[in-house]
Amino acid sequence: MKNKQYDTFDAAVADIPDGATIMFSGFAGPGTPRNLIAALTRQGAKGIHAITNSPGRWGDGDLVDLGMLVRARQIAKVSAAFTAATHPSAKMPFSELYEAGEVEAELMPQGTLAERIRAAGAGIAAFYTPTGVGTEIAEGKEVRNFNGRDYLLELPLPADYAFVHAHRADEIGNVQYRLTQRNFGPIMARAARVTIVELDEPIVPAGEIDPDAVHTPSIFTDRLVVIPEGQVKEVKNQR
Amino acid sequence: MTDKQPLDRQTMADRIAMEFQDGWVVNLGIGMPTLCANFVHADKEIVYQAENGLLNYGPMAIDGEEDRWLVNAGGQYVLPLPGMATMDHGDSFALIRSGYVDVTVLGAYEVAANGDFANWRILGRKGGGIGGAMDLAVGAKNVYVIMDHTTRDGQARLLERCALPLTAVGVVKLVSTNLGLVEITPSGFLLREIAPDYEPEEVQALTGADLAIASDLRTVQTAG
Repeated sequence: MKNKQYDTFDAAVADIPDGATIMFSGFAGPGTPRNLIAALTRQGAKGIHAITNSPGRWGDGDLVDLGMLVRARQIAKVSAAFTAATHPSAKMPFSELYEAGEVEAELMPQGTLAERIRAAGAGIAAFYTPTGVGTEIAEGKEVRNFNGRDYLLELPLPADYAFVHAHRADEIGNVQYRLTQRNFGPIMARAARVTIVELDEPIVPAGEIDPDAVHTPSIFTDRLVVIPEGQVKEVKNQR
Repeated sequence: MTDKQPLDRQTMADRIAMEFQDGWVVNLGIGMPTLCANFVHADKEIVYQAENGLLNYGPMAIDGEEDRWLVNAGGQYVLPLPGMATMDHGDSFALIRSGYVDVTVLGAYEVAANGDFANWRILGRKGGGIGGAMDLAVGAKNVYVIMDHTTRDGQARLLERCALPLTAVGVVKLVSTNLGLVEITPSGFLLREIAPDYEPEEVQALTGADLAIASDLRTVQTAG
Protein backbone atom coordinates (compact mmCIF):
# COMPACT_ATOMS: atom_id res chain seq x y z
CA MET A 1 0.00 0.00 0.00
CA LYS A 2 1.31 3.41 -0.97
CA ASN A 3 1.84 5.63 2.04
CA LYS A 4 -0.04 8.84 1.34
CA GLN A 5 0.59 10.44 4.70
CA TYR A 6 2.97 13.42 4.89
CA ASP A 7 4.23 14.76 8.21
CA THR A 8 4.23 18.41 7.20
CA PHE A 9 2.42 20.72 4.79
CA ASP A 10 5.83 21.88 3.54
CA ALA A 11 6.79 18.33 2.51
CA ALA A 12 3.41 17.83 0.77
CA VAL A 13 3.93 20.83 -1.56
CA ALA A 14 7.74 20.65 -1.94
CA ASP A 15 7.75 19.38 -5.55
CA ILE A 16 5.27 21.86 -7.04
CA PRO A 17 7.00 23.59 -9.98
CA ASP A 18 6.67 27.15 -11.26
CA GLY A 19 3.78 27.46 -13.69
CA ALA A 20 1.71 24.64 -12.15
CA THR A 21 -2.08 24.68 -12.47
CA ILE A 22 -3.55 24.21 -9.00
CA MET A 23 -7.17 23.86 -7.86
CA PHE A 24 -8.09 25.30 -4.46
CA SER A 25 -11.27 24.09 -2.72
CA GLY A 26 -13.29 26.33 -0.43
CA PHE A 27 -16.32 28.57 -0.52
CA ALA A 28 -16.80 31.55 1.82
CA GLY A 29 -14.44 30.00 4.37
CA PRO A 30 -15.23 26.32 4.91
CA GLY A 31 -13.06 23.98 2.85
CA THR A 32 -10.29 26.52 2.24
CA PRO A 33 -6.92 24.67 2.37
CA ARG A 34 -5.30 27.36 4.53
CA ASN A 35 -2.28 25.34 5.66
CA LEU A 36 -1.45 24.15 2.14
CA ILE A 37 -1.72 27.73 0.86
CA ALA A 38 0.61 28.97 3.61
CA ALA A 39 3.07 26.16 2.80
CA LEU A 40 3.08 27.04 -0.90
CA THR A 41 3.80 30.66 0.02
CA ARG A 42 6.85 29.47 1.97
CA GLN A 43 7.83 27.15 -0.91
CA GLY A 44 7.72 30.05 -3.35
CA ALA A 45 6.52 28.49 -6.67
CA LYS A 46 5.71 31.29 -9.13
CA GLY A 47 3.48 31.69 -12.16
CA ILE A 48 0.68 29.59 -10.68
CA HIS A 49 -2.62 29.20 -12.56
CA ALA A 50 -5.20 28.99 -9.78
CA ILE A 51 -8.62 27.40 -10.30
CA THR A 52 -10.87 28.55 -7.48
CA ASN A 53 -14.27 30.00 -6.69
CA SER A 54 -12.67 33.28 -5.57
CA PRO A 55 -9.04 34.46 -5.50
CA GLY A 56 -9.22 35.30 -1.79
CA ARG A 57 -10.47 38.10 0.40
CA TRP A 58 -7.88 38.47 3.11
CA GLY A 59 -4.83 36.27 2.89
CA ASP A 60 -3.39 37.28 6.22
CA GLY A 61 -3.45 36.46 9.95
CA ASP A 62 -5.85 33.64 10.85
CA LEU A 63 -7.66 34.23 7.59
CA VAL A 64 -5.09 32.75 5.26
CA ASP A 65 -6.71 32.18 1.89
CA LEU A 66 -5.68 32.49 -1.75
CA GLY A 67 -5.14 36.21 -1.14
CA MET A 68 -1.87 35.21 0.54
CA LEU A 69 -0.47 33.75 -2.70
CA VAL A 70 -1.86 36.72 -4.64
CA ARG A 71 -0.09 39.20 -2.35
CA ALA A 72 3.14 37.16 -2.66
CA ARG A 73 2.86 37.57 -6.46
CA GLN A 74 2.90 33.81 -6.97
CA ILE A 75 -0.35 33.78 -8.97
CA ALA A 76 -0.17 34.54 -12.71
CA LYS A 77 -3.76 33.66 -13.61
CA VAL A 78 -7.02 32.65 -11.99
CA SER A 79 -10.03 30.82 -13.38
CA ALA A 80 -12.83 31.83 -11.00
CA ALA A 81 -16.44 32.94 -10.47
CA PHE A 82 -15.28 36.16 -8.79
CA THR A 83 -12.46 38.55 -9.69
CA ALA A 84 -13.93 41.30 -7.54
CA ALA A 85 -15.95 41.25 -4.32
CA THR A 86 -19.72 41.01 -4.43
CA HIS A 87 -20.19 44.54 -3.16
CA PRO A 88 -18.29 47.28 -5.02
CA SER A 89 -17.08 48.80 -1.74
CA ALA A 90 -15.41 45.55 -0.56
CA LYS A 91 -11.81 45.00 -1.60
CA MET A 92 -9.95 41.90 -2.71
CA PRO A 93 -6.14 41.72 -3.04
CA PHE A 94 -6.56 40.23 -6.51
CA SER A 95 -8.72 43.04 -7.93
CA GLU A 96 -6.01 45.67 -7.62
CA LEU A 97 -3.41 43.57 -9.49
CA TYR A 98 -6.00 42.64 -12.09
CA GLU A 99 -6.97 46.28 -12.71
CA ALA A 100 -3.25 47.03 -13.12
CA GLY A 101 -2.89 44.25 -15.70
CA GLU A 102 -0.38 42.31 -13.61
CA VAL A 103 -2.42 39.10 -13.43
CA GLU A 104 -4.76 37.33 -15.84
CA ALA A 105 -8.26 36.12 -15.13
CA GLU A 106 -10.84 33.90 -16.73
CA LEU A 107 -14.14 34.87 -15.09
CA MET A 108 -17.05 32.48 -15.45
CA PRO A 109 -20.36 31.51 -13.81
CA GLN A 110 -19.92 29.37 -10.71
CA GLY A 111 -21.96 26.49 -12.11
CA THR A 112 -19.90 26.55 -15.30
CA LEU A 113 -16.71 26.53 -13.20
CA ALA A 114 -18.01 23.54 -11.23
CA GLU A 115 -19.15 21.65 -14.33
CA ARG A 116 -15.87 22.31 -16.20
CA ILE A 117 -14.01 20.87 -13.20
CA ARG A 118 -16.45 17.98 -12.98
CA ALA A 119 -16.05 17.25 -16.72
CA ALA A 120 -12.26 17.22 -16.39
CA GLY A 121 -12.54 14.51 -13.75
CA ALA A 122 -15.22 12.57 -15.62
CA GLY A 123 -13.62 11.94 -19.02
CA ILE A 124 -16.03 14.36 -20.72
CA ALA A 125 -14.57 16.32 -23.66
CA ALA A 126 -17.07 19.21 -23.65
CA PHE A 127 -20.63 20.05 -22.65
CA TYR A 128 -23.42 22.48 -23.49
CA THR A 129 -24.88 24.69 -20.75
CA PRO A 130 -27.75 27.21 -20.86
CA THR A 131 -25.85 29.47 -18.46
CA GLY A 132 -24.47 32.68 -19.95
CA VAL A 133 -26.38 32.65 -23.25
CA GLY A 134 -26.84 36.24 -24.47
CA THR A 135 -24.18 37.63 -22.09
CA GLU A 136 -20.49 38.58 -22.38
CA ILE A 137 -19.67 35.03 -21.26
CA ALA A 138 -20.94 33.75 -24.61
CA GLU A 139 -18.46 35.80 -26.66
CA GLY A 140 -16.36 33.55 -28.89
CA LYS A 141 -18.21 30.39 -27.83
CA GLU A 142 -20.24 28.02 -29.97
CA VAL A 143 -23.99 28.41 -29.42
CA ARG A 144 -26.15 25.45 -30.28
CA ASN A 145 -29.90 25.03 -30.10
CA PHE A 146 -31.35 21.86 -28.58
CA ASN A 147 -35.12 21.42 -28.37
CA GLY A 148 -35.73 25.12 -28.93
CA ARG A 149 -33.26 26.42 -26.35
CA ASP A 150 -29.77 27.88 -26.87
CA TYR A 151 -26.73 26.47 -25.04
CA LEU A 152 -23.03 27.39 -24.88
CA LEU A 153 -20.22 24.95 -25.52
CA GLU A 154 -17.85 24.78 -22.56
CA LEU A 155 -14.61 22.81 -22.18
CA PRO A 156 -13.18 20.88 -19.22
CA LEU A 157 -10.80 22.51 -16.76
CA PRO A 158 -8.13 20.04 -15.54
CA ALA A 159 -5.25 20.72 -13.14
CA ASP A 160 -1.84 19.41 -12.14
CA TYR A 161 -2.64 19.61 -8.42
CA ALA A 162 -5.70 20.06 -6.21
CA PHE A 163 -5.44 21.49 -2.68
CA VAL A 164 -8.49 20.24 -0.78
CA HIS A 165 -9.52 20.75 2.83
CA ALA A 166 -11.56 17.83 4.22
CA HIS A 167 -12.64 16.58 7.64
CA ARG A 168 -11.14 13.12 7.95
CA ALA A 169 -9.59 10.27 5.99
CA ASP A 170 -8.54 6.68 6.49
CA GLU A 171 -5.01 5.45 5.84
CA ILE A 172 -5.98 4.39 2.30
CA GLY A 173 -7.06 7.94 1.51
CA ASN A 174 -10.86 7.62 1.55
CA VAL A 175 -12.13 11.07 2.50
CA GLN A 176 -15.12 12.60 4.24
CA TYR A 177 -16.04 16.27 4.39
CA ARG A 178 -18.11 17.98 7.05
CA LEU A 179 -21.21 20.02 6.03
CA THR A 180 -20.50 22.89 3.63
CA GLN A 181 -16.78 22.18 3.75
CA ARG A 182 -17.47 19.74 0.91
CA ASN A 183 -18.14 22.35 -1.81
CA PHE A 184 -15.48 21.90 -4.55
CA GLY A 185 -13.51 19.10 -2.82
CA PRO A 186 -14.95 15.99 -4.53
CA ILE A 187 -14.93 17.42 -8.07
CA MET A 188 -11.45 18.94 -7.73
CA ALA A 189 -10.00 15.71 -6.30
CA ARG A 190 -11.14 13.91 -9.45
CA ALA A 191 -9.92 16.56 -11.90
CA ALA A 192 -6.33 16.96 -10.68
CA ARG A 193 -3.39 14.67 -11.42
CA VAL A 194 -2.16 15.00 -7.79
CA THR A 195 -4.65 15.71 -5.00
CA ILE A 196 -3.30 16.91 -1.65
CA VAL A 197 -5.76 16.81 1.24
CA GLU A 198 -5.56 18.91 4.40
CA LEU A 199 -7.44 17.14 7.22
CA ASP A 200 -9.18 18.33 10.40
CA GLU A 201 -8.98 14.98 12.17
CA PRO A 202 -6.25 12.34 12.71
CA ILE A 203 -6.10 9.62 10.05
CA VAL A 204 -8.09 6.51 10.99
CA PRO A 205 -7.38 2.86 10.08
CA ALA A 206 -8.87 1.42 6.89
CA GLY A 207 -12.37 0.16 7.63
CA GLU A 208 -13.20 2.93 10.11
CA ILE A 209 -15.10 4.91 7.47
CA ASP A 210 -18.22 3.15 6.26
CA PRO A 211 -17.79 2.50 2.51
CA ASP A 212 -21.26 3.96 1.95
CA ALA A 213 -20.20 7.17 3.68
CA VAL A 214 -17.04 7.88 1.66
CA HIS A 215 -17.37 11.22 -0.20
CA THR A 216 -14.06 11.07 -2.14
CA PRO A 217 -12.85 7.50 -2.78
CA SER A 218 -9.15 6.82 -2.18
CA ILE A 219 -8.34 6.47 -5.88
CA PHE A 220 -8.69 10.27 -6.22
CA THR A 221 -6.37 11.26 -3.37
CA ASP A 222 -2.56 11.21 -3.33
CA ARG A 223 -1.22 13.03 -0.27
CA LEU A 224 -2.74 13.47 3.20
CA VAL A 225 -1.63 15.96 5.85
CA VAL A 226 -3.33 16.32 9.23
CA ILE A 227 -3.71 19.76 10.81
CA PRO A 228 -1.64 19.51 14.03
CA GLU A 229 -3.48 19.00 17.32
CA GLY A 230 -4.29 22.27 19.04
CA GLN A 231 -4.43 24.27 15.81
CA VAL A 232 -7.75 25.75 14.63
CA LYS A 233 -9.38 23.49 12.00
CA GLU A 234 -11.88 25.88 10.44
CA VAL A 235 -11.37 29.53 11.33
CA LYS A 236 -14.25 31.88 11.97
CA ASN A 237 -14.59 33.77 8.71
CA GLN A 238 -16.36 36.94 9.83
CA ARG A 239 -14.17 39.84 10.78
CA MET B 1 -43.51 68.10 0.49
CA THR B 2 -44.85 65.39 2.74
CA ASP B 3 -42.76 63.34 5.15
CA LYS B 4 -43.32 60.16 3.16
CA GLN B 5 -40.53 57.57 3.23
CA PRO B 6 -39.49 54.96 0.71
CA LEU B 7 -39.85 51.37 1.94
CA ASP B 8 -37.10 49.95 4.14
CA ARG B 9 -35.02 46.92 3.16
CA GLN B 10 -36.91 44.40 5.30
CA THR B 11 -40.27 45.54 3.92
CA MET B 12 -38.95 45.15 0.35
CA ALA B 13 -37.77 41.62 1.20
CA ASP B 14 -40.99 40.73 3.06
CA ARG B 15 -43.05 41.65 0.01
CA ILE B 16 -41.09 39.21 -2.16
CA ALA B 17 -41.26 36.48 0.52
CA MET B 18 -45.08 36.75 0.49
CA GLU B 19 -44.98 35.44 -3.10
CA PHE B 20 -43.38 32.14 -2.06
CA GLN B 21 -45.75 29.19 -2.34
CA ASP B 22 -46.07 26.25 0.01
CA GLY B 23 -43.31 23.71 -0.62
CA TRP B 24 -41.20 25.97 -2.80
CA VAL B 25 -37.44 25.51 -2.98
CA VAL B 26 -36.03 29.03 -2.51
CA ASN B 27 -32.52 30.30 -3.23
CA LEU B 28 -31.65 33.70 -1.75
CA GLY B 29 -28.86 35.87 -3.18
CA ILE B 30 -26.37 37.87 -1.16
CA GLY B 31 -27.46 41.19 0.36
CA MET B 32 -31.11 42.29 0.55
CA PRO B 33 -32.49 38.93 -0.70
CA THR B 34 -31.07 37.27 2.45
CA LEU B 35 -33.64 39.27 4.46
CA CYS B 36 -36.45 37.21 2.87
CA ALA B 37 -35.50 34.45 5.34
CA ASN B 38 -36.70 36.67 8.22
CA PHE B 39 -40.28 36.56 6.96
CA VAL B 40 -42.40 34.14 9.00
CA HIS B 41 -44.54 31.90 6.79
CA ALA B 42 -47.35 30.93 9.14
CA ASP B 43 -49.04 28.40 6.87
CA LYS B 44 -46.34 27.54 4.33
CA GLU B 45 -43.34 25.26 4.36
CA ILE B 46 -40.35 26.79 2.56
CA VAL B 47 -37.21 24.83 1.66
CA TYR B 48 -34.10 27.00 1.48
CA GLN B 49 -31.31 25.98 -0.87
CA ALA B 50 -27.83 27.56 -1.04
CA GLU B 51 -25.60 27.07 -4.06
CA ASN B 52 -22.57 26.12 -1.98
CA GLY B 53 -24.29 22.76 -1.58
CA LEU B 54 -26.91 23.08 1.13
CA LEU B 55 -30.55 22.01 1.02
CA ASN B 56 -33.16 22.58 3.74
CA TYR B 57 -31.11 24.73 6.10
CA GLY B 58 -32.42 26.76 9.03
CA PRO B 59 -32.22 30.30 10.36
CA MET B 60 -29.08 32.36 10.84
CA ALA B 61 -26.94 31.29 13.81
CA ILE B 62 -26.39 33.89 16.51
CA ASP B 63 -22.84 34.65 17.56
CA GLY B 64 -21.46 31.85 19.69
CA GLU B 65 -23.80 29.11 18.47
CA GLU B 66 -22.35 28.91 14.95
CA ASP B 67 -20.85 25.76 13.46
CA ARG B 68 -17.81 26.84 11.48
CA TRP B 69 -18.45 24.15 8.88
CA LEU B 70 -21.96 25.39 8.06
CA VAL B 71 -22.47 28.55 6.00
CA ASN B 72 -25.01 29.75 3.45
CA ALA B 73 -23.98 31.14 0.06
CA GLY B 74 -23.32 34.55 1.63
CA GLY B 75 -20.82 33.01 4.05
CA GLN B 76 -23.20 33.57 6.98
CA TYR B 77 -23.40 30.87 9.64
CA VAL B 78 -26.77 29.11 9.61
CA LEU B 79 -28.36 26.44 11.79
CA PRO B 80 -29.05 22.89 10.63
CA LEU B 81 -32.61 21.61 10.26
CA PRO B 82 -33.76 17.98 10.54
CA GLY B 83 -33.71 16.68 6.97
CA MET B 84 -30.92 18.99 5.85
CA ALA B 85 -28.61 17.65 3.14
CA THR B 86 -25.20 18.73 1.92
CA MET B 87 -23.73 18.12 -1.51
CA ASP B 88 -20.76 19.16 -3.61
CA HIS B 89 -20.77 22.06 -6.08
CA GLY B 90 -21.26 19.76 -9.06
CA ASP B 91 -24.49 18.39 -7.62
CA SER B 92 -25.62 21.77 -6.33
CA PHE B 93 -25.44 23.41 -9.75
CA ALA B 94 -26.89 20.31 -11.42
CA LEU B 95 -29.92 20.86 -9.20
CA ILE B 96 -29.98 24.57 -10.02
CA ARG B 97 -29.64 24.30 -13.81
CA SER B 98 -32.12 21.46 -14.14
CA GLY B 99 -35.04 23.35 -12.64
CA TYR B 100 -35.42 22.09 -9.07
CA VAL B 101 -35.29 25.61 -7.64
CA ASP B 102 -38.73 27.28 -7.67
CA VAL B 103 -37.50 30.81 -7.12
CA THR B 104 -34.23 32.65 -6.90
CA VAL B 105 -34.25 36.12 -5.35
CA LEU B 106 -31.33 38.25 -6.50
CA GLY B 107 -30.02 41.75 -6.11
CA ALA B 108 -29.39 43.78 -9.28
CA TYR B 109 -27.95 47.03 -10.60
CA GLU B 110 -30.46 47.22 -13.46
CA VAL B 111 -33.59 45.43 -14.68
CA ALA B 112 -35.02 45.97 -18.17
CA ALA B 113 -38.62 46.03 -19.38
CA ASN B 114 -37.94 42.84 -21.36
CA GLY B 115 -36.85 40.91 -18.24
CA ASP B 116 -33.09 41.22 -18.82
CA PHE B 117 -31.04 42.12 -15.74
CA ALA B 118 -27.49 43.06 -14.79
CA ASN B 119 -25.86 42.35 -11.43
CA TRP B 120 -22.21 41.31 -11.85
CA ARG B 121 -20.11 44.14 -13.22
CA ILE B 122 -20.24 47.91 -12.89
CA LEU B 123 -19.07 50.10 -15.73
CA GLY B 124 -15.45 51.18 -15.62
CA ARG B 125 -14.37 48.18 -13.57
CA LYS B 126 -12.44 45.26 -14.97
CA GLY B 127 -13.92 41.91 -14.01
CA GLY B 128 -16.61 41.43 -11.40
CA GLY B 129 -18.44 38.87 -9.33
CA ILE B 130 -20.68 36.49 -11.24
CA GLY B 131 -20.93 33.83 -8.54
CA GLY B 132 -23.95 31.59 -9.02
CA ALA B 133 -26.27 34.29 -10.37
CA MET B 134 -26.08 33.36 -14.08
CA ASP B 135 -26.82 29.69 -13.35
CA LEU B 136 -29.64 30.52 -10.95
CA ALA B 137 -31.14 33.00 -13.42
CA VAL B 138 -31.44 30.46 -16.23
CA GLY B 139 -32.25 27.47 -14.02
CA ALA B 140 -34.82 28.67 -11.48
CA LYS B 141 -38.51 28.56 -12.41
CA ASN B 142 -38.95 32.15 -11.19
CA VAL B 143 -36.46 35.01 -10.93
CA TYR B 144 -37.38 37.85 -8.57
CA VAL B 145 -35.24 40.93 -7.91
CA ILE B 146 -34.97 43.20 -4.87
CA MET B 147 -33.25 46.53 -5.47
CA ASP B 148 -33.61 50.25 -4.82
CA HIS B 149 -35.73 51.94 -7.47
CA THR B 150 -32.91 54.37 -8.33
CA THR B 151 -29.16 54.71 -7.83
CA ARG B 152 -27.93 56.82 -4.90
CA ASP B 153 -27.75 59.84 -7.21
CA GLY B 154 -31.28 59.30 -8.46
CA GLN B 155 -30.72 57.54 -11.78
CA ALA B 156 -33.33 54.98 -12.81
CA ARG B 157 -32.45 51.29 -12.43
CA LEU B 158 -35.62 50.05 -14.15
CA LEU B 159 -34.79 50.70 -17.80
CA GLU B 160 -36.00 50.07 -21.33
CA ARG B 161 -32.77 48.09 -21.92
CA CYS B 162 -29.86 47.41 -19.54
CA ALA B 163 -26.69 49.47 -20.06
CA LEU B 164 -24.51 47.18 -17.91
CA PRO B 165 -23.34 43.69 -18.98
CA LEU B 166 -26.22 41.24 -18.64
CA THR B 167 -26.53 38.41 -16.15
CA ALA B 168 -29.33 36.72 -18.10
CA VAL B 169 -31.81 37.47 -20.86
CA GLY B 170 -35.55 37.88 -20.35
CA VAL B 171 -35.95 36.03 -17.04
CA VAL B 172 -37.06 38.54 -14.37
CA LYS B 173 -40.76 38.33 -13.49
CA LEU B 174 -41.07 40.54 -10.41
CA VAL B 175 -39.11 43.41 -8.86
CA SER B 176 -39.55 44.69 -5.32
CA THR B 177 -38.15 48.21 -4.91
CA ASN B 178 -38.30 50.84 -2.20
CA LEU B 179 -41.12 52.51 -4.18
CA GLY B 180 -43.30 49.53 -5.02
CA LEU B 181 -43.82 46.12 -6.56
CA VAL B 182 -43.28 45.94 -10.33
CA GLU B 183 -44.28 42.97 -12.45
CA ILE B 184 -42.68 42.34 -15.83
CA THR B 185 -45.37 41.46 -18.35
CA PRO B 186 -45.05 40.76 -22.10
CA SER B 187 -45.75 44.48 -22.64
CA GLY B 188 -43.25 45.73 -20.04
CA PHE B 189 -43.29 47.10 -16.48
CA LEU B 190 -46.57 47.03 -14.53
CA LEU B 191 -46.79 48.78 -11.14
CA ARG B 192 -48.93 46.47 -9.00
CA GLU B 193 -48.31 48.00 -5.57
CA ILE B 194 -46.95 51.36 -4.46
CA ALA B 195 -45.18 52.67 -1.34
CA PRO B 196 -47.48 54.55 1.07
CA ASP B 197 -48.18 58.20 0.15
CA TYR B 198 -46.45 57.99 -3.25
CA GLU B 199 -48.29 58.85 -6.46
CA PRO B 200 -47.91 56.65 -9.58
CA GLU B 201 -46.65 59.70 -11.52
CA GLU B 202 -43.74 60.07 -9.06
CA VAL B 203 -42.74 56.42 -9.50
CA GLN B 204 -43.03 56.73 -13.28
CA ALA B 205 -40.74 59.78 -13.19
CA LEU B 206 -38.06 57.67 -11.45
CA THR B 207 -38.46 54.77 -13.91
CA GLY B 208 -36.46 54.67 -17.15
CA ALA B 209 -39.20 53.04 -19.26
CA ASP B 210 -42.97 53.08 -19.57
CA LEU B 211 -44.63 51.99 -16.34
CA ALA B 212 -48.18 50.73 -16.72
CA ILE B 213 -50.32 51.17 -13.61
CA ALA B 214 -52.41 48.22 -12.43
CA SER B 215 -56.14 48.94 -12.52
CA ASP B 216 -56.31 47.55 -8.98
CA LEU B 217 -53.17 49.38 -7.75
CA ARG B 218 -52.82 49.08 -3.99
CA THR B 219 -50.40 50.05 -1.26
CA VAL B 220 -47.50 47.62 -0.80
CA GLN B 221 -48.54 44.79 1.53
CA THR B 222 -46.52 44.58 4.71
CA ALA B 223 -45.86 41.79 7.19
CA GLY B 224 -48.21 41.31 10.16
